[in-house]
Amino acid sequence: MLIRKTSDIKWFDITDETVYRNRRQFLKAGSLALAGTAASTLLPGCLTSAAPEEQQAPQAKGPYDTKETPTPYQAITTYNNYYEFGAQYQLPARNAQNFKTKPWTVKVEGLVKKPAQWDLDDLLKGLTPEDRIYRMRCVEGWSMVIPWLGIPLKNIINKLEPLPSAKFIEMRTILDPVQMPEQKTDLLPWPYTEGLRMDEATNPLTLFAVGIYGKPLPNQNGAPIRLVTPWKYGFKGVKSIVDIRFTDKQPNNTWSIANPIEYGFYANVNPNVDHPRWTQKTERPIGQKLTLTQIAKGEVPLKPTLMFNGYGDQVASMYAGMDLKKFF
Amino acid sequence: MPHRRWIWWIVKPLVFVACLVPLYLVIYWLQTEQLSANPLDDITDQTGTWALNFLMLTLSITPLRRITGWNFVVRFRRMFGLYAFFYALLHFTTYVWFVQFFNVQAILEDIPKRPFITVGFTALMLLIPLALTSTKRWILRLGGKRWQMLHRLIYVSAAAGVIHFFWLVKQDTREPVLYGIVLGALLGFRAWTALQPRIQRISTPVAR
Repeated sequence: MLIRKTSDIKWFDITDETVYRNRRQFLKAGSLALAGTAASTLLPGCLTSAAPEEQQAPQAKGPYDTKETPTPYQAITTYNNYYEFGAQYQLPARNAQNFKTKPWTVKVEGLVKKPAQWDLDDLLKGLTPEDRIYRMRCVEGWSMVIPWLGIPLKNIINKLEPLPSAKFIEMRTILDPVQMPEQKTDLLPWPYTEGLRMDEATNPLTLFAVGIYGKPLPNQNGAPIRLVTPWKYGFKGVKSIVDIRFTDKQPNNTWSIANPIEYGFYANVNPNVDHPRWTQKTERPIGQKLTLTQIAKGEVPLKPTLMFNGYGDQVASMYAGMDLKKFF
Repeated sequence: MPHRRWIWWIVKPLVFVACLVPLYLVIYWLQTEQLSANPLDDITDQTGTWALNFLMLTLSITPLRRITGWNFVVRFRRMFGLYAFFYALLHFTTYVWFVQFFNVQAILEDIPKRPFITVGFTALMLLIPLALTSTKRWILRLGGKRWQMLHRLIYVSAAAGVIHFFWLVKQDTREPVLYGIVLGALLGFRAWTALQPRIQRISTPVAR
């Protein structure tokens, strides 16, 4: 009997504009992925072990790309902090399978020339997604290298024309307890909300991601559109955004509401400011294969965390003169 | 349950091996890549969880015996207690190895600095004298009463273990709270039975 996992079908059945724009990478990755699917159809048991090698990451070429080896696709898409779909890392990949991302409406409101409800396709029309290979450092102490496909948020903001009085941008995840099981609980104050200062939002590093590995963003990674700020801890990356609000007051963000002692508004990666309960001096790069033999030989991945996650050249000037111990 | 002694020569080794299954599974999952993208943290979580599970199992022997009258279950109490120590030691080893990478100075700084590690380390330390004095010889040497007093340290250790779990989770406290409830019930049962005879003594004359 042929049983195809929905995750196999999804990427090939959807032709996305962003993928088309990125067709050279897509062709390369796609043919390899197809080979992987064929193999997994014949040998279903090999699917999980075969998948990582089949995904080819875009090569580092832009000025913001890290030269580090990207984390395997399999790891990026099965180890997720997306509490709406479950509070354990492996749950979002399972629980988000049938999440509906089409059609998708984004409400733009607040200090903006024309408040409006945008269809996502219209909002992104004429804006070109770019490949960006970024480090990602989670506040919990692990890290990945992710080949994003994203639109610089600056380009979207230019299109939306905020008023000069707008000093901050606030972004919210969809509130949909029917599709998102944990939104039925009070695990966090829903909907998930994040914010940036306008200069942070328009920094060339800041993206609205629509894909990874040159493919549409999987649901568990925040489809159809999510924030990426590589110099900040991962929790700043609000997923499945339906609401953008320009404001003159610093927005509250979900984790700082839930636990103001441990999480702040800025959340800049900073090895000199420990989390109250654990160190931020080091991080564990994850997703690479690890056997008992390797562990026994002492090949335990652990490396020092860099200030601003290594993006100081691009972002440090925005925080000049600020006490980063106070504004953590 | 069986009164024939030979049966224990089969049952006990079986239970002994069964208690190693969680360790076997973690290694098997690691080798077959069935752990998450962060396998080292999975190993730490699993060994910690099983240290707590065996502490709870050990503490459930007495209530089970009292409620059901199955005195034979006491034969497994020491084994479960030693397995709790075994998994706690493995759990601590993962911290020394995977988290601190044998940096003794960092470990010595970390233990007093971070409350969840302080309390977890305390839970482990409290188990050491219990593991060392778990033999029949030590019961005789200390005398039943004193030995029992000493081994009540497991109550403190288990409570410290649950607090350790509660303090380390980022936001989702549901699982540690569940352990807290189970531990509360197991210790509550003891408090309740300890009070029973006194209540009876007081109430008996009135009943007459």
